[in-house]
Amino acid sequence: MEPLSWFEIITRVLLQFMPVWVSLVALFTLSIVYKRRLGLYGKLFDSTIGMIGFALVMFWVFTGIYGAMDLIITHDPLAQVSGMKNKLPGTPLGNPDDGQYAYYLFGGDNLARDVFSRMVAGAWIVVQIAPLATVFAFMVGITLGLPAGYYGGRLDTVLSFLANLILAFPVILLFYLLVTPEIVETGIPSYMATVLFIFPLIFVGVLLNSRYKTQPKLRTPMLIIVLGIMGWLYLSLISETGTKVALIPNFLDLFNVSSGILVVFVSVVFVNSPTVFRIVRGLAMDIKTRDYVAAAQTRGEGPWYIMLWEILPNARGPLIVDFCLRIGYTTILLGTLGFFGLGLSPESPDWGTTINDGRRLLQIYLHPAIVPALSLLSMVLGLNLLADGLREESLRD
Amino acid sequence: MGLFILRRLGIMILTGLCLTFLVFTLTNLYPNLEKLAKTQGNFRMSDEEVSSFLEKGGYLQPMAVKYGEWLGVLPSYRHENPDGSIQGRCILPGQSAEDAPNFCGVLQGHWGFSTVFKDEVGSIIGTRLGLTAKLMFWVMVLMVPSALILGVLSGMNEGSKTDRTLSTVAITTTATPEYVSGVILIAVFASSTMGLKWFKGTATSAMESANFENFFLPVLTISLYGMGYIARMTRASMAEVMTAQYIRTARLKGVSFPNIVIKHALRNALIAPFTVIMLQFPWLLNGVVIVETLFNYKGFGWTLVQAASNNDIELLLGVSVVSVFVVLVTQLISDIGYVYLNPRISVT
Repeated sequence: MEPLSWFEIITRVLLQFMPVWVSLVALFTLSIVYKRRLGLYGKLFDSTIGMIGFALVMFWVFTGIYGAMDLIITHDPLAQVSGMKNKLPGTPLGNPDDGQYAYYLFGGDNLARDVFSRMVAGAWIVVQIAPLATVFAFMVGITLGLPAGYYGGRLDTVLSFLANLILAFPVILLFYLLVTPEIVETGIPSYMATVLFIFPLIFVGVLLNSRYKTQPKLRTPMLIIVLGIMGWLYLSLISETGTKVALIPNFLDLFNVSSGILVVFVSVVFVNSPTVFRIVRGLAMDIKTRDYVAAAQTRGEGPWYIMLWEILPNARGPLIVDFCLRIGYTTILLGTLGFFGLGLSPESPDWGTTINDGRRLLQIYLHPAIVPALSLLSMVLGLNLLADGLREESLRD
Repeated sequence: MGLFILRRLGIMILTGLCLTFLVFTLTNLYPNLEKLAKTQGNFRMSDEEVSSFLEKGGYLQPMAVKYGEWLGVLPSYRHENPDGSIQGRCILPGQSAEDAPNFCGVLQGHWGFSTVFKDEVGSIIGTRLGLTAKLMFWVMVLMVPSALILGVLSGMNEGSKTDRTLSTVAITTTATPEYVSGVILIAVFASSTMGLKWFKGTATSAMESANFENFFLPVLTISLYGMGYIARMTRASMAEVMTAQYIRTARLKGVSFPNIVIKHALRNALIAPFTVIMLQFPWLLNGVVIVETLFNYKGFGWTLVQAASNNDIELLLGVSVVSVFVVLVTQLISDIGYVYLNPRISVT
């Protein structure tokens, strides 16, 4: 068979992404039709920049999800096909089996794996880890930043000192110190996970308790159910038989996160939370002087009610913008970890690892490194544009 | 002002001590030491041999004591061998125990010995830091002026077409981490596939003689990432200054637009970017590690990667001390500079 021309490659790639295009068109049509009823999200569709950013982000989100459902991927991202080593984009397979896709659309890498499928599989890793890690970092930052800003004083001094301590640490050095196998063996990352992942529980617990304290009949069952489920998830997440933290027996363990992913997750959350802490603290210090906070204090509301139900909702604008930026930053950090071969397994299809693999032969074969590089670039760019659009629209009120 | 600097210095020293202790603890955990013993001795050591090796080196003392010795505030550990000879950290080969100093730590200038490079840590860090300083100097020369020009141009007419275009450029560069822009730049300008071959894809030869051909790509790669951020800060502060009353007054007086920008607005608009530029240093450190690895330029960042991936404990400690020190000093300078540039900020 003849290799594909550039035009054919582009057509076939566009066709391969068909489910993503359908979902994008559906999402955009629905959102634009109902944009007046959708609050800040709807206002996003008034700004061109925001729309472009949102489209880029959702493109990768859909790609990740459909890729995980085996819709877009043409080959197994880990399988090696003989004769396809470092082949250029559009090369046909030597003797394809029945039902196997006959071309390597974006060529083969130095281990004869399909670059296109690895790109799509890499999107799923980012889409899974980056938003979740950012959510955790926000939980930690908010739970510590609100009291630091609201109470001030000694608590603030101590917490700020700790946050500055982590911020003064060069990120890559921290990664090297946390992610090496020797440190993982001592269980330090698992202990850190135990501490960091408890913050969502504290956050939700305090959030619900401060709101429904006056209705014990509603509050008690609600807290028991919510915290029970979250506690179970928490224990399943951190507990892993064979490591230092094995708290619950295997039959109760809902899912097993491979220890490499867990370590990566912990270090990314750890690096991100001090910055969130500083932002939340600053916002809380600013907002606590407002009249509605004084009014709530006069009403006799508790400090946690004021922090979580008066200050936090009014700080949402800057926080949402920072959330988008921070997902992008987390994506960059994940790429950095992959680039230095830390944490994730060497054959993992995530973009950082793929770029690192591809760069060795960059002088001769461009495609194995350029494809994931451009993917990462477009995803982070999308998030930054989205944040910019959101900032503009939220300032307009 | 003096009291302010003193207090900042105090906090800085405290932070430095905490951070170095943290690094010291993490690098001196037992699995690391075991690996060290096995690489120094042989890989088939039994557990008893490992612990006796570590015992001799004084590695099995409490963490705080070891840290004190490393820092040079506690007398260093000495081990008496069965034959009566005494060995210890401070006692160099061929030196008798009586002549050797009691204290030898970072404070006395003893940084230890690198197991990977087989050399004194102090001299390794010195050379490598020199190479990185060369890189950073050119990064600053390229990054700061271009970022400021970009920011001022887009900030002086907020919302104009120039502003839109330049802001998009700035956002794109901040969205491009070094390992992405480096790969793209090498692919476009240095690979044989694209055929341009304007620059070299490695900077190894730039360590002795840097020229435009072998040094421009690494410098550009680091600059691009930081540039967008500084440019956006400059743009924001420029846009704010341009709406100020005194600018309007100058306009109404009939001062020409270039004059307003250069003489009236620029000075006030550059206060915020100054802090940002100083706070970029820790970031640049990250960029340096990535770019030096990517372009195989054997400077400070490259040394960090080598030390960390080869479990070279004393070198890694030295590298951490230097990088933490750089970060803290730039923070201090940025605080002091901010107060100095902006008289409205009170230090108390």
